[in-house]
Amino acid sequence: MSAAAVPSRVAVAAAADVPALEASGLGFKYGERQALRDVSFAIGRSEIFGFLGPNGGGKTTLFKILSTLVPSQRGVVRVLGHDLQSEAHAIRPRIGVVFQHPSLDGKLTVAENLAHHGHLYGLAGRKLRERSAAMMERMGITARADDLVETLSGGLQRRTELAKALLHEPELLLLDEPSTGLDPGARREFNDYLAVLRERDGVGIVLTTHYMEEAERCDRIGVMHRGELVAIGPPAELKAAIGGEVIVIHGRSVEALKQKVEQRFGLSGTVIGATVRIERPRAHELVAAMVEAFGEDIESVSVGKPTLEDVFVHLTGHQFFFAEPRPAPESDS
Amino acid sequence: MNGAMLQIATLWWREITRFRRQRSRIIGAFLQPLVFWLLLGGGLSASFRPPGAAPGTNYVEYFYPGVIVLVLLFTAIFATISTVEDRKQGFLQGVLVAPITRPTIVMGQALGGTTLALLQGVIFLILAPLAGIHLTTSAVAAAILIMALVAFALTSIGLVIAWRIDSTQGFHAIMNLILIPIWLLSGAFFPATGAPAWLRWTMRLNPLTYGMAALRQSLYLGATNAGSTVPGFMLALLITIGFSVATFALAASVARRAAAA
Repeated sequence: MSAAAVPSRVAVAAAADVPALEASGLGFKYGERQALRDVSFAIGRSEIFGFLGPNGGGKTTLFKILSTLVPSQRGVVRVLGHDLQSEAHAIRPRIGVVFQHPSLDGKLTVAENLAHHGHLYGLAGRKLRERSAAMMERMGITARADDLVETLSGGLQRRTELAKALLHEPELLLLDEPSTGLDPGARREFNDYLAVLRERDGVGIVLTTHYMEEAERCDRIGVMHRGELVAIGPPAELKAAIGGEVIVIHGRSVEALKQKVEQRFGLSGTVIGATVRIERPRAHELVAAMVEAFGEDIESVSVGKPTLEDVFVHLTGHQFFFAEPRPAPESDS
Repeated sequence: MNGAMLQIATLWWREITRFRRQRSRIIGAFLQPLVFWLLLGGGLSASFRPPGAAPGTNYVEYFYPGVIVLVLLFTAIFATISTVEDRKQGFLQGVLVAPITRPTIVMGQALGGTTLALLQGVIFLILAPLAGIHLTTSAVAAAILIMALVAFALTSIGLVIAWRIDSTQGFHAIMNLILIPIWLLSGAFFPATGAPAWLRWTMRLNPLTYGMAALRQSLYLGATNAGSTVPGFMLALLITIGFSVATFALAASVARRAAAA
């Protein structure tokens, strides 16, 4: 255990070529429910990578496996070059984990929480005090060092959580829905900080999110839907794959409307909820003609460049926030 | 300090710190047995002459070591409830992904609970003169050793349950079903002598009976008026050591197999 804090020489030498995370054929079941199905990906060392998907899409299960909390059931996962099943002890000192639910002890102060964490990772004495002080300074929580964590605001608790996860100087930071519960301003600030972390310290960052803005800021994203990784790539590339623009028509009797659009304009659309979606280059030119033709069936029409939400809809045929037909058994997945 | 020792120490320290900041726990775990002792001991004193005890032992005196074990039991229960809460609230997740083995985590938790229980047990020991027991120095030392072993075993049993159960309600139910009967049938409340045969056998098979007997006898250590001699002190001590080792091993293995959260 005492050797755990020192990265082996082999690992350091190979660090540049070894991906931060590598999975192939990853599968996981909760009883009968397939939470992950044949998930494969590779994530580079200093990427900011986001797994985007609605709640229940399998992100949290994936996160629990990647963070060594839960053993995988099928497939091979390598974290920083180590096999997750057999070498978790080599992985743990080198990753930092921020869970969706706070893993801080509210009855301890900020400084005490950090000290406790440091001890678990083999840090003690002056080294621990120095790192802890430096980390609190960086997160702007020095003034609250001796306050019980339960008295801190949500945003400050989040920063304490991050200070804790970074205290042992991990090479890879894993975050599960890091900005849940933060207001948009705090969320932007948090994401700014992650970018700084990657630039300045070369820490690889892998997060899960259901916020489009957060996903937009990742170098690459993986889109999760019902336990499958349906696409992977830079946000801009995924959006470009849709081609052109997206028209979304809200209206009554959308099925009939879809058929009329097909007959009249020769365009194939998709019915999602109470809308008809049509993807097409230079779609805006058609809007006036459509409203003229089916005015009474249309409540509103919107035209836009594809967003990540459009990417999700395009890939899965489901609306993002209604993608899961029933709530997942674990409330936080 | 060696890595695992540091980890155990920090987990232990956390349990103590949390306890200090929750005053109600201290009072609850101490006052409740005290009230039990005074009410039950006083009430039953007139009608109950414990058979097999030294002549002149009244019920208040007989019940006294039983109440000490009850203090240990309550504190052990409280300590292990915090493990259930840690699992529910997410704190334990952070510990589980740290470079620490499950048995090391359990050791930290068990020692934390043991320390708290022992602390309260020692406070209760100060009340010995009220029970008419005059403690010698060797009696105090022996009693503390036995209390530590018994507390460690009880905390470990609590942890076996805490690592398998998700709600504090479920935890209470199982505690009442397992731990209270173990205590009742340990000779804490009534002696085996004179009980029906099936009950005598149950008590003889109950490992806590030996911890109870060892504690009872340790209180009179060095005094001529020794307590019950069955089972003998050394046998009782050895079985109690075995009991705490076995319960810890069980807790560690349950924790190792337990789902993460």
